[in-house]
Amino acid sequence: MPATARYVEHVMGMPISLALRGRHTDDAEARGAWAEAMAVLTDVDRIFSTYRADSQISRLGRGEIALDDCPPEVAEVLALGAVAERESGGAFTVRLSGPDGQQVLDPSGVVKGWAVERAAEPLWRLPDTDFCLSAGGDMTCRTVGPDSPPWRIGVEDPADLRRLIAIVPVFTGAVATSGTAHRGQHVIDGRTGRPPTAVASVTVVAGSLTWADIDATAAFARGRDAARWLETRRGRSGLVVWADGTTTTVEPALR
Amino acid sequence: MKKIVLWLMSTTTVLVLLFGYHTSTSSKAAAVGGGFSLAAPSPSGAGAGTGSGSAPAPGGSSAAAAPSSGAAAPSSGSGSTTSGTVTGAVASTRWGPVQVQLTLANGRITDVAIPQYPDGNGRDAEINAQALPILVQETLKAQSAQIDMVSGATVTSDGYLQSLQSALDKAGLH
Repeated sequence: MPATARYVEHVMGMPISLALRGRHTDDAEARGAWAEAMAVLTDVDRIFSTYRADSQISRLGRGEIALDDCPPEVAEVLALGAVAERESGGAFTVRLSGPDGQQVLDPSGVVKGWAVERAAEPLWRLPDTDFCLSAGGDMTCRTVGPDSPPWRIGVEDPADLRRLIAIVPVFTGAVATSGTAHRGQHVIDGRTGRPPTAVASVTVVAGSLTWADIDATAAFARGRDAARWLETRRGRSGLVVWADGTTTTVEPALR
Repeated sequence: MKKIVLWLMSTTTVLVLLFGYHTSTSSKAAAVGGGFSLAAPSPSGAGAGTGSGSAPAPGGSSAAAAPSSGAAAPSSGSGSTTSGTVTGAVASTRWGPVQVQLTLANGRITDVAIPQYPDGNGRDAEINAQALPILVQETLKAQSAQIDMVSGATVTSDGYLQSLQSALDKAGLH
């Protein structure tokens, strides 16, 4: 079992945790890649934070600037949000109702996974090095060594955060969980405008963290048919924990 | 010669479609030749169809495709688009080309659609072919609880210290 080095920093209001094993775990290359990853997240936060009134996404949402005044990443993220909305039958949405009843542009449901996947790019360039990069409970992993064990991802029990309800072993791929445990009700079903009640959490395993994150939120938003919807998603697998504590495992759908 | 002109014209059209901006369906708004215009009516006015319909963005960088390539789009140039639908340039992403269409009402975005989007599932399907079975509660007991990371509903920095992930990080922190 190779030794694992760990790094933690807080960006975007979230803890970012990195685990490295293999050739570069605690040297200049490893620390450089970690610093680069953090810089990517800081940049993304500056553009996309809905908590910052001066972020480009806030200014775009208020109509102060145009889409072509924004970096091209904004169009990319909005496009991903629109795909997710379409593919989830409208359950996933990037438009939330503001306090005044007006619709507010909030692509946060897309940004997190997408940003962490971008932040992982410098880590992919570390030769002979396995990594697992997590942002507030959503992660992207890589295993290169032929003898390396899979990363073991514990899935929190939404009913008791000190316990795990499952373990997801991942060689190379992403794991994301959507639920209400830490922040209360923050996912709404775009079709009804109300938070879903049938589901406690949805964990999705996919190749890309962008899509693992989006699909976890979308499946959660779909509520009662979370597992059935996830089964239709090519290349995804996952775990649905229902409000009553029972679970449904979704195996990867074959083509 | 005629053929060449026709070819040039169709090339221009394709370029405009690919890189230009145009207003597609617009209910109340006047079509603006270039640039999305979500902004309040711009005193400088549009008119030349060169993208001047967008309000200047103080300090905003313009990394997007050059709006001036939309010059061939019809332009009435009477002001900014505060309601209606505007279609953006095709942006290339790692999943392939995507294009965004925004619907505006009174300067606010009310809908985001994408006329063109790639199928982002190819690489996922490939990677998930090596997906391992998920070990749920019953089987967990027999397993060593040893884990590398914790996946859960978004942990905020405030809640982090109480989290399992925090304990894991402390155990192996460099």
